[in-house]
Amino acid sequence: MKDKNVINKIRYIILFIFGLIMLFPFAWMLSTSMKQGREVFNLSLLVNNPSLKNYARLFSSSYFPRWFVNSFIAGTIVTLSVLFFDSLMGYTFAKHNFKGKKLIFILVLSTMMIPTEMLVIPWYLISSKVGWVDTYWGIVFPGLMTGFGTFLMRQFFDTLPNDLFDAGRIDGMNEFKIWAQIGMPLVKAALSALAIFSFVGNWNAFLWPLIISSETRMYTLPVGLALFNGEFATEWEMIMTGASVATIPVLIIYIIFQRQIIEGIALTGVKG
Amino acid sequence: MKNKIPKGTIAKNRERWAYLFISVPVLFYILVRFIPTIYAFYLSFTDWDIISASANWIGFSNYKRLFSDKLFYKTLSNTFYYVIYGLPLSLLFGFILAYNIEKIKIGSGLFKTVYFMPYITSMVAVAWVWRWLFQPAPIGIFNNILISMGLPMQEFLNSVEQSKGCILAATIWSGVGFQMIIFMAGMKGISKQYYEAAKIDGASSFNELRYITLPLLRNSFIFLLITGTIRFLRIFTQVVNMTRNSAGGPLNSSKPLVLYIYDNAFRSFDMGYASALTVILFLIILLITLIQMRVTRDER
Repeated sequence: MKDKNVINKIRYIILFIFGLIMLFPFAWMLSTSMKQGREVFNLSLLVNNPSLKNYARLFSSSYFPRWFVNSFIAGTIVTLSVLFFDSLMGYTFAKHNFKGKKLIFILVLSTMMIPTEMLVIPWYLISSKVGWVDTYWGIVFPGLMTGFGTFLMRQFFDTLPNDLFDAGRIDGMNEFKIWAQIGMPLVKAALSALAIFSFVGNWNAFLWPLIISSETRMYTLPVGLALFNGEFATEWEMIMTGASVATIPVLIIYIIFQRQIIEGIALTGVKG
Repeated sequence: MKNKIPKGTIAKNRERWAYLFISVPVLFYILVRFIPTIYAFYLSFTDWDIISASANWIGFSNYKRLFSDKLFYKTLSNTFYYVIYGLPLSLLFGFILAYNIEKIKIGSGLFKTVYFMPYITSMVAVAWVWRWLFQPAPIGIFNNILISMGLPMQEFLNSVEQSKGCILAATIWSGVGFQMIIFMAGMKGISKQYYEAAKIDGASSFNELRYITLPLLRNSFIFLLITGTIRFLRIFTQVVNMTRNSAGGPLNSSKPLVLYIYDNAFRSFDMGYASALTVILFLIILLITLIQMRVTRDER
């Protein structure tokens, strides 16, 4: 019994040390963002005179508000589209029969294997030909549907009994209504997980937004942050403020929805 | 598995709805995924540089160029460095965290929340915070810690030898929560009966780990090996943001394949050559995925 107690203590010590390692960079970032002048190089997590001056400066003298809005718009469009199309297609694969179903499903899944890095060159060439550079459409079009989301939604619809949908047919509902009014409310948990993944993924996306935007005003937050930081390379308190602005919204979403996020991630592993 | 479609007007009607539902997505996948993939393969056989009006077919020249391109070998070996060191370390840390969290009774939810936080944080933000931590002495905190312990200051990101390791540290830090969650999901799937039986037989907790937990986590390991390999193969954002002028330096010592692709495509506009590089990346990922399918099939 004594042994067990010791082992238990060791476990907590390990977990605690890892916890500190995980939290420290966040704490450091936030604390620096509230420091001024010479205090920035005072290596302490505690701030003598914490203030939000850096945030005010960031929002008044740079494109940060615009980038913030850009990221928000792009993330929202992609998320709505993914929710609609991935769930509709996942439902169709789970609950309908049609010729070529298996082949089409495999093809959709196979798109997950194509690396984005390979697609960005053709996407960029097409976008520059048809004038999508520096537009919201240009930022969002590659992500409007995903093989991952389709797969996830199919798995969820698959678990629902067919009788539920047949009841709708007996009532004379058309197939679209059956999906929208019977199917969708039953997979709310999956939809919320998918929505969070989609929004957070887009909020953090870097490679494609970097390529597709050439005008400063059309950057998304990560792209803006990367280029802004390159210019402010010595003003570390401003860089940390920018990093905080990019991080805080996601952390808020995470803290509210952490159960769905963690369960959703776990699911990808179990089913994958 | 196969449900026969009964011949009848109702079934026909439902089939029509199904085709309607998938029509827009199918069009999307063709236009935005498959045609660009084919187009990338096509471009890899051309010399297109955006400025010229047309692309000239140059056969395998781009691929021949690859074989004598020292920088290609350099970036490929850097990429494999990231995979070879990053993957085992992040699996190990992920496992340690998952294993210990599963065993404790109080606070497991809190630890889980904290460890997973970096995974959902923007990699650009993560990279800049870590870049600062690695700065030279009066500014960088790691060097200050070293000095206060009486150890010499390190070059970290400015060193040809250490830059890859620094980038890897930030990458592992940001991804370990993911490995942990997948391991925990796998551990939940192991039936309690195995452990009860082991207890009756008086097995030590080490033997429990070795003969029950680890073998039964096989699927989680395979999944993480594949997703992890692909994740490390695609390292880009952290290098762009942690190295001076986003150059993958010093002296290309940290430059991964994807950054080399980006340089060729969007800094020198050598689209043909960049496409050939992406084809190589694609083939590597394809190979890994096929191995995964093979391994999981063998098991069934």
